[in-house]
Amino acid sequence: MSLTLATFEGVHKAALALCTARGAHYIGGGTLLVRRANEGDLSIETFVRVTDPGLAAITLGPGRITLGASVPMAAIAARSELGALARAAKTIGGPAVRNMASVGGNLFAPSPYGDLGVALLALDAGVSIESGAGREEIPLETFYTRRQRLPSGSIVTAVSFARAALANLRFAKVSRVKPKGSAVLTIAAVLAEQDGVVSSASIALGCMAEAPMRARAAEAALLGRKLTREGIAPALAAATADTAPPTDAIASAWYRRQVLPVHLGRLLVG
Amino acid sequence: MPKVAIRFTLNGSEAAEFVESGTTLLGALRDKLGETSVKGGCLQGTCGACSVIIDGALKLSCLTLAESCQDARIETVAALARGGLLHPLQRAFVETFATQCGFCTSGMLMAAKALLDHNATPSREDVIEAISGNICRCTGYEPIIQAILAASRAATSTAA
Ligand SMILES: Cc1cc2nc3c(=O)[nH]c(=O)nc-3n(C[C@H](O)[C@H](O)[C@H](O)COP(=O)(O)OP(=O)(O)OC[C@H]3O[C@@H](n4cnc5c(N)ncnc54)[C@H](O)[C@@H]3O)c2cc1C
Ligand code: FES
Ligand code: FES
Repeated sequence: MSLTLATFEGVHKAALALCTARGAHYIGGGTLLVRRANEGDLSIETFVRVTDPGLAAITLGPGRITLGASVPMAAIAARSELGALARAAKTIGGPAVRNMASVGGNLFAPSPYGDLGVALLALDAGVSIESGAGREEIPLETFYTRRQRLPSGSIVTAVSFARAALANLRFAKVSRVKPKGSAVLTIAAVLAEQDGVVSSASIALGCMAEAPMRARAAEAALLGRKLTREGIAPALAAATADTAPPTDAIASAWYRRQVLPVHLGRLLVG
Repeated sequence: MPKVAIRFTLNGSEAAEFVESGTTLLGALRDKLGETSVKGGCLQGTCGACSVIIDGALKLSCLTLAESCQDARIETVAALARGGLLHPLQRAFVETFATQCGFCTSGMLMAAKALLDHNATPSREDVIEAISGNICRCTGYEPIIQAILAASRAATSTAA
């Protein structure tokens, strides 16, 4: 048994290699995958890497913002135009991890990781995927329901979201160790108000299920309400609906459920 | 196992070796190139002992594949001292007792260098953030924070 790295300039050939090479895994920054190999995961036999510089581009279009899958967290954290998303990237790991950890890898990261993905989910981002079968763009929410069983050879090439949503993004990562700690839970919200009440709400939760999830019941309970303690009370009461948080070394499922409404309340009304 | 040639600049000198494909940079540096100033601790990304600077960015050599560093410029702690003189960061670490067993020190120094290379006058918070990926089991961190702040003060007062 051996471990090899196969490097490709483009995504297409890499997708084919993922389908044909033994034990092939796409490698982004490697912070999770190489760790698995170092820990002795023998299912990994081939790392498949793509060097296309286009995958490392951040494109700030007039209507949409696109982040290539290879963009590291440090590059997002350094872009003040990315506002709360830049602050979300800065909560991930320490400086060395942020220089390596990619956007694409973050979408596959198991709980308690995947913090950037939570912010992207609240932004209603789309995920571009290329596989032997072709290219498609799917909503991030759909991606999270399928990420364990994507067709073989699938490579995430980019995520994109509306620039207008970014201006309204709020993000909170709750961790016990500062400044670098894994999440007890992560919350992101994009809210719009009209005539003093919430006209649209998108709330995403991390560490509250197997993958980041939308808090649909809380979103519905916010519509038409004022962003006051009283106004948000129904949303807080609905916050844990449909959640199935893990119990891990960071927190128990019970604790996560207990504190979610507290932190959501702080994020919504300060 | 297939062997591949890797070439990069290591502390200012050309380095070339055959390594087994899939080897980590940490393995290539220590076992092939004899660069044992780089320490391997957890091999999981959590301790920071293996930190090196690759093309100006702090990275973890235990999670970086050697082959992905073709033509890169790699700096380890061995590059800090020049002509028998300790780097201001190293001097400050000695003077403030910021190194005890020393296992974390090469990674800490590289994290500190990466900070000062980009921000010559960091605040205490900047320093804490910069070493937040590095674990020290001996010092309690405060002497390390003081050493990095002292080195930055020394460098800025010499420059003034
Ligand atoms: C010390 C430490 C601290 C960390 N702290 C945090 C934290 O605070 N928050 C957090 O969210 N994460 C954290 N992480 C986890 C991790 O660094 C990030 O989630 C990172 O974004 C993962 O990206 P990567 O490029 O390193 O993934 P990789 O390790 O390269 O890949 C991870 C998985 O995703 C797949 N994959 C990667 N990219 C693609 C792609 N483009 N297309 C298809 N599949 C792909 C790989 O095949 C693999 O299965 C931490 C990790 C470490 C080691
Ligand atoms: S040995 Fe690389 S982070 Fe611990
Ligand atoms: S000096 Fe011993 S671990 Fe830091």
